[in-house]
Amino acid sequence: MARLNEYEGKALFKVAKMPIPQGDVARTPDEARKIAEKIGKPVVIKVQIWTGGRGKAGGVKFADTPEEAEKMAALLLGATIKGYLVEKVLVEEKLAIDKEYYAGIIVNAQADARCPVVMFSTEGGMDIESVPADKIAMMNVDVIRGFKIYDALNLANKVKVPSKHIAPVARLILGLYETFKNYGARLIEINPMVVTVDGKVLAGDCRISIDDSSVIRHPELGIEVAREASTPPTELDKIAWWVEEKDLRGTCYFAEMNNEIKGEVFGTIGYHGMGGGGAMLGVDGLNKQGLRVPDFADTSGNPPASKVYRAAKLVFSQKGIDGYMLGGFMAANQEQWHHAHGVVKALREELPKRPGFPVLLLLAGNKEKESLEILREGTKDLDARIRIYGGERVYDTVGLAAEMKEMVLEYRKEKRG
Amino acid sequence: MAILLTKTTKVVVQGITGREGSMRAKFMRRLGTNVVAGVTPGRGGEEVDGIPVYNTVKDAVKNHGLFDVSVTFIPGTGLKDAVMEALDADIKWIVMPVERVPLYDILEMVAYGKQKGAMLLGPGSIGVNTPGIGALGWLGGSVEFAHNHFLPGHVGVISRSGGQSGTLPYVIAQAGFGVSTVLHVGTEPVTGMSFSDILPLFQEDPDTDVMAIFGEMGGSHEEEAAQLVKSGKFTKPVIIYVSGAWAPAGMKFSHASAIVERGSGSTQDKITRLREAGIIVVDNPNEIPARLHELKGLGKLRVK
Repeated sequence: MARLNEYEGKALFKVAKMPIPQGDVARTPDEARKIAEKIGKPVVIKVQIWTGGRGKAGGVKFADTPEEAEKMAALLLGATIKGYLVEKVLVEEKLAIDKEYYAGIIVNAQADARCPVVMFSTEGGMDIESVPADKIAMMNVDVIRGFKIYDALNLANKVKVPSKHIAPVARLILGLYETFKNYGARLIEINPMVVTVDGKVLAGDCRISIDDSSVIRHPELGIEVAREASTPPTELDKIAWWVEEKDLRGTCYFAEMNNEIKGEVFGTIGYHGMGGGGAMLGVDGLNKQGLRVPDFADTSGNPPASKVYRAAKLVFSQKGIDGYMLGGFMAANQEQWHHAHGVVKALREELPKRPGFPVLLLLAGNKEKESLEILREGTKDLDARIRIYGGERVYDTVGLAAEMKEMVLEYRKEKRG
Repeated sequence: MAILLTKTTKVVVQGITGREGSMRAKFMRRLGTNVVAGVTPGRGGEEVDGIPVYNTVKDAVKNHGLFDVSVTFIPGTGLKDAVMEALDADIKWIVMPVERVPLYDILEMVAYGKQKGAMLLGPGSIGVNTPGIGALGWLGGSVEFAHNHFLPGHVGVISRSGGQSGTLPYVIAQAGFGVSTVLHVGTEPVTGMSFSDILPLFQEDPDTDVMAIFGEMGGSHEEEAAQLVKSGKFTKPVIIYVSGAWAPAGMKFSHASAIVERGSGSTQDKITRLREAGIIVVDNPNEIPARLHELKGLGKLRVK
């Protein structure tokens, strides 16, 4: 995935010769003990999951001896913290902290910027968004000129880093920029950057998200699914990525999501959208009718029927759906018959398992007439509630969602009764 | 919109011998675009649909003089070099129908374009269509579809979605209106042209009376457009739809730019700012025809 765990990010810091605490990753309590033995001093044990605030959630423990480290690791490994299963812990030397700083780089896409922004603050160790703006030094980087050591020094100077620490602090900021650039990161942070009581400066923690389109240049990162998300990929997400990776003709995008809606929920719709914008429109319409959408799917950019079929099968593979909607809320440039063929094949396999199942198919645009004919012919003998529409309903998100709801209510009543 | 594309605008297609490049070069030509030359290293001397192919942009310039526009059909990881090559050949307007471009490459090419005083549309833009004049990229789909659904008129269209940049002209045509120029800004996380770069071009365009815009969550296109209208730099009526009101933060929705991050870019926030600027925000894009009819009733939109 595009987000790296702390230990993976720190491995990149090591490559850039940035100081990090001594330590290693453990998958078993026994490994944790061995790492602690090697370190030979008190250690900290941190769960490796994709979330901040691990300390407060009980995901960070301290140990004075290797035996204690083993015990603490046993407590953490296999536990569920903030909804994530803990499979790895990072065992590191415990630092004697004097001060905590912050360094981070994001990309500013605004029209007057379109560049990386390097941020530095002496208020580290907390969420940077809660730090007042005047406590953060920022610099927009001209990527043609590059980011220089004296830029880093100036940033640190601006927020009054003491002279005795300013050189190592600046070297860490420079290393952070190099890592950001070399690995195509979209976001990179050191929080906290630790100044120890004996005056050393190290990266205490790190957060890195790699830009999805840069993943291809870095197979060494072992990223499984090159798609931005706030949670690790599900089994279906991984299958979808496999479909996409194996066939670059057009797009097959599928991601399960947590779609929370206000008010009463009348049903859950397996959703097969088309085109990023059009697919979003459809979700909006369904949500307004009290229908939950557990996935965001998008087949567009002229994919072959085989890819569309696989996307439809993924949508149907979700547990607990009360209907299927092909949300073609766009007058497509692509020839729509590939979609028609792919969807018909999936429906012919799935609908016999679900008598009376609600299905709404919307396809508009290039080769619309032929495509609607394929859908009608291909589904006419199936025992299901099937409605098929074309261009005249292309923006009728609310009306079509209302029809979906009506079918779902009938279907659920029938199933109960 | 004569500012961006006229009958005489001289176009070179980089990557013209590829599957997409050759197909789209033909499409552009059939719609009337003045495609003069193509470039593919190693294929110099060949022809695509009668268009001569050169090994480098420099060589194409030597044979045909300076170009106004380059359209790049180049895989994402090779795009940066192609764009730099075009910029070094003094091309000032580059259309990039290319997705999956590494982010740092985008930053570098956009910075270089700025230095050269050039306009970069995309990456991830399916292009530009000016009915009756031509197209850059593949906006319009097929010649048949473009002729039936992209009708000349006075509504300027900008979209953050490729599919919707084809759908808005379709819906506008169904409502009895036409479009002046349609542009898709591109789906990548950073794009060379934003709403706020494009709106001033429409402001100067005598063919455009009103704007219809398809926005989405994430990024800052909509906020910048609101600012432009608020400051009085864009004075024509604007109708906009912003999708993704339901979107959970931190998740990407196939458009790389559609992600709500670090507390900014939410649909609700965008809508508030747009309304404050006096822009017409619709809850569903199917309300756009009704708003166009109202503007026509007020004498703000010509039909013919």
